[in-house]
Amino acid sequence: MNAATVTRKPYTPKEAVERLRHGDLGAWPVVGALVAIAVVFGSLNEHFLSPENLTNLALQMAATGTISLGIIMVLLLGEIDLSAGSVSGLCAVVMAILSVRQGWNPILAIVVALAAGALVGLLHGIMFTKLRMPSFVVTLAGLIGWQGLLLYLLGEGGIVNLPFDGFVAKLSDTWLPAWLAWTIVALLVLTSGGSSLVNRRLRLAAELPVPPAWWAAVKIGALTAVLAGAVLVMSADRGVPLLLVIFGTLVVAFDLVLRHTAFGRWMYAVGGNVEAARRAGISVTRIRVLAFVLSSTLAAFGGILSASRLSAVNQGSGGSDILLMAIAAAVIGGTSLFGGRGRTYAALLGILVIQSITNGMFLLSVDSSVRYMVTAAVLALAVAIDSLARRGSTT
Amino acid sequence: MISAKNVSKRYGAVQALQEVSLDLHPGEVVALVGDNGAGKSTLVKVIAGVVGPDSGGVTIDGEPAHIGNPHDAQRLGISTVYQDLALCENLDVVANLYLGAERRKWSLLSHIRMERSARDLLTSLDVRIRDIRVPVAMLSGGQRQSVAIARALIGEPRLVILDEPTAALGVEQTAQVLDLIRRLRERGLAVLLISHNLADVRAVSDRVVVLRLGRNAGEFRTADATQESIVAAITGAAA
Repeated sequence: MNAATVTRKPYTPKEAVERLRHGDLGAWPVVGALVAIAVVFGSLNEHFLSPENLTNLALQMAATGTISLGIIMVLLLGEIDLSAGSVSGLCAVVMAILSVRQGWNPILAIVVALAAGALVGLLHGIMFTKLRMPSFVVTLAGLIGWQGLLLYLLGEGGIVNLPFDGFVAKLSDTWLPAWLAWTIVALLVLTSGGSSLVNRRLRLAAELPVPPAWWAAVKIGALTAVLAGAVLVMSADRGVPLLLVIFGTLVVAFDLVLRHTAFGRWMYAVGGNVEAARRAGISVTRIRVLAFVLSSTLAAFGGILSASRLSAVNQGSGGSDILLMAIAAAVIGGTSLFGGRGRTYAALLGILVIQSITNGMFLLSVDSSVRYMVTAAVLALAVAIDSLARRGSTT
Repeated sequence: MISAKNVSKRYGAVQALQEVSLDLHPGEVVALVGDNGAGKSTLVKVIAGVVGPDSGGVTIDGEPAHIGNPHDAQRLGISTVYQDLALCENLDVVANLYLGAERRKWSLLSHIRMERSARDLLTSLDVRIRDIRVPVAMLSGGQRQSVAIARALIGEPRLVILDEPTAALGVEQTAQVLDLIRRLRERGLAVLLISHNLADVRAVSDRVVVLRLGRNAGEFRTADATQESIVAAITGAAA
């Protein structure tokens, strides 16, 4: 094997443009959008980039971001889950009723609420695969039906307050001390650097091409810079919120599952070409049902995080624009609506974009009418990029 | 040797196949030709386990083989590349080669082992793809066809069935795929090639089997046969 095949050559500009045309934009448009948002709002309002506001932003992201992560699971199959908002509210109500009205152990209540979410997802999955109803209709029925069940469960009172010093409310009022945050950053950087080093050596031993060493170093450097920057900023305020750590852990864990397990590979396969997946012996039905179960379970968890932030559940839980924000975040982050393309980091990046816009407009005291229109424009842009990329890859 | 013996199949009023027989030897490329509706696809479907015959069946080394579904056929070493290729365009070449047959430890994918053997396989077939980690959507038609054929070899089959592998390809890419078919023969595989293109058939096959209206209508050694005699058998002009 000669040297030329061992080092993967960098792309020439022409090939790079070709890759872009095929929709291989990766995360760059979102990162660009984030920088633009930071510059615009940062220059219009001095509080936008303050540690306090950025920490608030991190706290606001987690709940909708977790729901968005679930949405990505069904989007990867080229399907849609319109019920995620209602399911998040319903499961939060289940958790609140069990832990407050029935006096259950809060952890047990959370587990039961997550199981209820999984059950809802199972029902959606079965209706989609066995009854062959379009996912759009199944989950549209879910959107209305689960909202109804939520109202029924809440009954006359219409609100359940969670004790401020209880376990659930504490979730969103726990801050990592600086030493713990820095230890986590160090562990993440070491693990990621170590695994990329081990992977590189294994690939070289198997005589497979590896990217140039400087590229790996740049990636690790960028990861270190981002993590350290985030911890530095948030430590200047109250510290890193536990909620952000939970959300981040979910994003990373699901990314690893999608990329390194057979289940993840089959998710992408079903999203890319159902018929090919079926002929390859993959149980398409099982993958589809699992995706809906994951979506609803993550929605349930997002609902619980949201309840924790509010210290209450009410008739509006999981309602208003939460669902649309979660879907928009997934798409803005780079998940294709046509299936088969996207990573879990889309939830993190997308919700960061949406929440920054919301937060920035709020600081500028812009009317929510304008906020909706701006968010819609960003969403339209993201979908346009997705559609163009898809057209590029099929012609 | 894999053989189809006296296969008959009726679809409603249409007798798709009547007492059709076909022998496939290791290291030999057999071209199956015939006009539209001659029964080529039905015969292939019977051998690949997609449909069951009304009578007759497939024998392997003289023993009757039970092929109830495509999975049985694959287990018996019969691998089929359909015309639509069935590739996932969003996945890379390695992922497509091992789709549904991923090498894994517990549930974790063995990326390096799969990529190593994918490279070895493609190199041995002389398939040139610059970066096998890019999505299949970015490959040319000939490269995709080559990937689909290479995938058929993952399960170490004895027989590879190719359904119109050159139908959608240009001149140069057709030549590549024909070269690939010759290499399958060199590996000692039996190859069954379904094609409308007599130029390709004559270029690559050892034997030509003609079907007409669901019956055997002639068999030629490619080296001895003229284009006219094959066409005559296809159209029935000689009869």
